[in-house]
Amino acid sequence: MELYRQTINQLQTKITAGEITASDVVASVSKRITEVDAAVEAFITVCADAKANVDNIISRSPLAGMPGAVKDNICTQGIRTTCGSRILENFIPPYNATVVDRLNEAGAVIIGKANQDEFGMGSSTENSGYHITRNPWDLSRVPGGSSGGSAAAVASGQALWALGSDTGGSVRLPAAFCGIVGLKPTYGRVSRYGLVAYASSLDTIGALTRDVYDNALVMNVIAGYDEHDSTSINIPREDYTANIAAGVRGLKIGLPKQYYGEGLSPEVALALEQAIQTYRELGAEIIEVDMPNTDYALSTYYIIATAEASSNLARYDGVSYGLRVEGDNIVDMSEKTREQGFSEEVRRRIMLGTYTLSAGYYDAYYNKALKVRRLIKNDFDAAFKIVDLLLTPVAPTQAFKIGEKTDDPLTMYLSDVCTVTVNLAGVPALSLPCAFANNLPIGMQLIGAPLSEALLLRAGYAFERVSGLANKIAPCGGEQ
Amino acid sequence: MLSREQIEKVASLSRLQLNPQEIEKFSGQIGAIIEYMKVLNSVDTADVEPMIYAVPTHNICREDVRKPSLAHSLALQNAPQSDGNYFVAPTVVEK
Repeated sequence: MELYRQTINQLQTKITAGEITASDVVASVSKRITEVDAAVEAFITVCADAKANVDNIISRSPLAGMPGAVKDNICTQGIRTTCGSRILENFIPPYNATVVDRLNEAGAVIIGKANQDEFGMGSSTENSGYHITRNPWDLSRVPGGSSGGSAAAVASGQALWALGSDTGGSVRLPAAFCGIVGLKPTYGRVSRYGLVAYASSLDTIGALTRDVYDNALVMNVIAGYDEHDSTSINIPREDYTANIAAGVRGLKIGLPKQYYGEGLSPEVALALEQAIQTYRELGAEIIEVDMPNTDYALSTYYIIATAEASSNLARYDGVSYGLRVEGDNIVDMSEKTREQGFSEEVRRRIMLGTYTLSAGYYDAYYNKALKVRRLIKNDFDAAFKIVDLLLTPVAPTQAFKIGEKTDDPLTMYLSDVCTVTVNLAGVPALSLPCAFANNLPIGMQLIGAPLSEALLLRAGYAFERVSGLANKIAPCGGEQ
Repeated sequence: MLSREQIEKVASLSRLQLNPQEIEKFSGQIGAIIEYMKVLNSVDTADVEPMIYAVPTHNICREDVRKPSLAHSLALQNAPQSDGNYFVAPTVVEK
């Protein structure tokens, strides 16, 4: 079997046995990129020198020599980091994000910077300032977003792992649409230092991989306290693989009824029903739970996220970095720069956030949303007094057609209805494939209490062992 | 719908220049999104404290000791215009 088709765990076993070298792995993945990325367009930048670096790796970490993709909103020293935006077209970070430093120390190979919706604002990767990325299972469909390039790269064999960021579902949704595993960690578990900010109280960095075990391997490297991120949680690191095979017997899994409403497509509803049955057979106890404030989550999320974005994106003013378009004076220069550098969706969200923060509206929208956010968090706290985990869909439908939702922003926002609650509450959630229908993957979401990543990975691993859906490589329009 | 004046005011606060077509488009779209967000008015939040962060955070302090920082040249390397020591921007205060 071609090396790019194998998991990190499988490849490391072969490297240890002396059957292959890390250079063989990087060569296989690089070749795959030249074969399929013209069709998928997962990358904004491919790192040509990745191959040259492999021979110098001395680390013995499981990620040593393993090529992966980093979302283009995560700073890589000396490698262009655009955030999917034309306003940062020529931005070369002078430092690494903490997660990138940790990956480098582990000997992981960054093979490219992945495409994304500009600044993470979108659910389909159609809103990149560079190009759209296609779903490698069906090139006429979106890969999900905003980490669509990361997910498409992993699903198509162009990377063994990828980093994405998740502010409202941006790791989990593309993982579901592309048939792979994506983990959104507890807020504060993985350092945000060097992640270009979208909505700082919601932003997280997470890993995308083709099976649950590989995801644990990446988490082992990237999770942990960082003094450069003042919201980082100061507790010891842990080994997410240690207890991964312990199974789910006796675990209580909750089904929040608000996530199983009328909006679910028949395919998604059936897939979830079967997944619930699988967990029952594996020995878990299934309990219906009530999370009454779920219906308010989408409004709450879009008020808070856009308010924080309007403030965070004020820094793109044409002065310290990024694009500058000359004007008559400093205000005119700034306005022209932002008009030319930001796409329509980014401008729309800045406008929304500015509106809800402006005098006369602050209490009615922003402050109100902060209060409802606490009620949503309380729903999770109450649920985790009764159950260990929650099981929900990741999205109401499978991957939709390119162009299907671009005319109506509100319809696009509804793609995030099952994922935004998790960011508001700050809890971790795992997205993993639970079925295929019409040759397209369907994802499910396991949500846990704060810092329960190990339990989520364990529950995902138990499912994956019996589902037969681990490590699927998408055909990219060609033969499987 | 937001009025043309409202959109122009928000655009100005956001340091964005919009053309007439965009003003029309945004007034409809942003108006519809704001309308959708009004669902929150039906939630009773009388005794609820606003929640800023998911993780309780306090002021983070450290000892005031010198640590390595970015070199001047690196900090300025992405500047659209600099004189080697400072960022250069158009005049802010008129003579």
